[in-house]
Amino acid sequence: MESAFSAADLSAIWLTFKLAAVVTVILLLVGTPIAWWLARTRSFWKGPVGAVVALPIVLPPTVIGFYLLVAMGPNGPLGQLTQALGVGLLPFTFAGLVVGSVFYSLPFVVQPLQNAFEAIPERALETAATLRASAWDAFFSVALPLARPGLLTASVLGFAHTVGEFGVVLMIGGNIPDRTRVVSVQIYDHVEAMEYAAAHWLSAGMVVFAFLVLLALYTLNPTGKRK
Amino acid sequence: MCLISRFAARLLIFVYLLVVGQTAHAGEKITIAAATDLKFALDEIVVLFSKAHPADRVETIYGSSGKFQAQIRQGAPFDLYFSADIAYSRALKDEGFAASEVQPYAVGRIVLWSPKLDTGKMSLTDLVDPSIRKIAIANPKHAPYGKRAEEALKAAGMWEKVEAKLVYGENVAQAAQFVQSGNAQVGIIALSLVVSPELARQGSYALVLDTLHQPLEQGFIVTKRAAGNMLAQAFARFMAGQEARAVMSRYGFLLPAEVK
Repeated sequence: MESAFSAADLSAIWLTFKLAAVVTVILLLVGTPIAWWLARTRSFWKGPVGAVVALPIVLPPTVIGFYLLVAMGPNGPLGQLTQALGVGLLPFTFAGLVVGSVFYSLPFVVQPLQNAFEAIPERALETAATLRASAWDAFFSVALPLARPGLLTASVLGFAHTVGEFGVVLMIGGNIPDRTRVVSVQIYDHVEAMEYAAAHWLSAGMVVFAFLVLLALYTLNPTGKRK
Repeated sequence: MCLISRFAARLLIFVYLLVVGQTAHAGEKITIAAATDLKFALDEIVVLFSKAHPADRVETIYGSSGKFQAQIRQGAPFDLYFSADIAYSRALKDEGFAASEVQPYAVGRIVLWSPKLDTGKMSLTDLVDPSIRKIAIANPKHAPYGKRAEEALKAAGMWEKVEAKLVYGENVAQAAQFVQSGNAQVGIIALSLVVSPELARQGSYALVLDTLHQPLEQGFIVTKRAAGNMLAQAFARFMAGQEARAVMSRYGFLLPAEVK
């Protein structure tokens, strides 16, 4: 039997993991303040902002892909911005996929974090305040450690959901080897070209990966543990 | 409890009506799976055909030839299959999935197309121009138009020079859409798409010499599941008629030599 994965397959796998890792880091940085705000605010805007964050769960990836393609194009607002900044246009680039995936996976990071922050008893933060901890200090030494299970869930889901992305990438990626051809697109191409053996290898790999990730999540983070 | 079971019963009736309610239709219905380059031409032909068969319904689905071929092998409910590469139809015929001979219906052409640049006088060698940063073609791996674009670029000695600029559409219509949205400056796509009312007012095109690539000979079959389906047979005959041929040639297709 030939080797299971071709060079193109391996490149797609590497690219997919690179994309998911970058997106997860960005999402944790962007998503944590959003989740913290959503968890603590009593503002009127809580509802609307929460709804916007959750949109990608409901919207078909084609909607996100279509709007991103237009918005990041030469006449779109994002495209105008990136051109003015001298970075050029984002479609068909790795950076473009990162932007698309950040939108697409945002709720999968924000929502577990928000739940974790909401579960922190108000008293824990008040105690920190009476011990003269600054707001930052209280956040980093009290809130974050208490929200650790949520942080883990958010990272794993953000990463895994980005690995599982297909529609958005197909619409803004342009299928370029080493830059935008991720595993899901590579599988699609194999199937279209009737290379079922190659498609099987990659697909089975994805199934194993998804199972192991979820298994790790449920083992490390049993839901019944709280209290 | 009683309330819940009554609600559940209503829900079931609702679902039943949703599923069953739509089947009432007097005439026959056929479904055609066709390569995307036919999008505009075949839509017009279906309108003409429907005038002669007002009680019947013709449904068209457009996509890449390779995908439909695989789906027909797996029992997809298509009555006719129009592929952009006649080899795809021949393969299905050889494997016993066809109820008709493979009918050649057109020869396609590829063009350079751009909404911004004046492509009127351009040829493939002009693609090295640095102002052209991205060039969209259909995926050569499974889309016939992409395969021909690759062959033409190679024959013109341009492949190595422009390969880094290429972006690949899932089919030729997506390649066109990459260009239309301005994200690629030029596309090598189907003539039948750029002469459509949709794209014709949006730019200019130049034919790519057809000596640079294998001919885009296209063929259709009536599938095995439609054997004995009169409407499918009628549509197959209609494709060979004057009306349909006139539409095809208006969309830039060369027609197979008249068979008397």
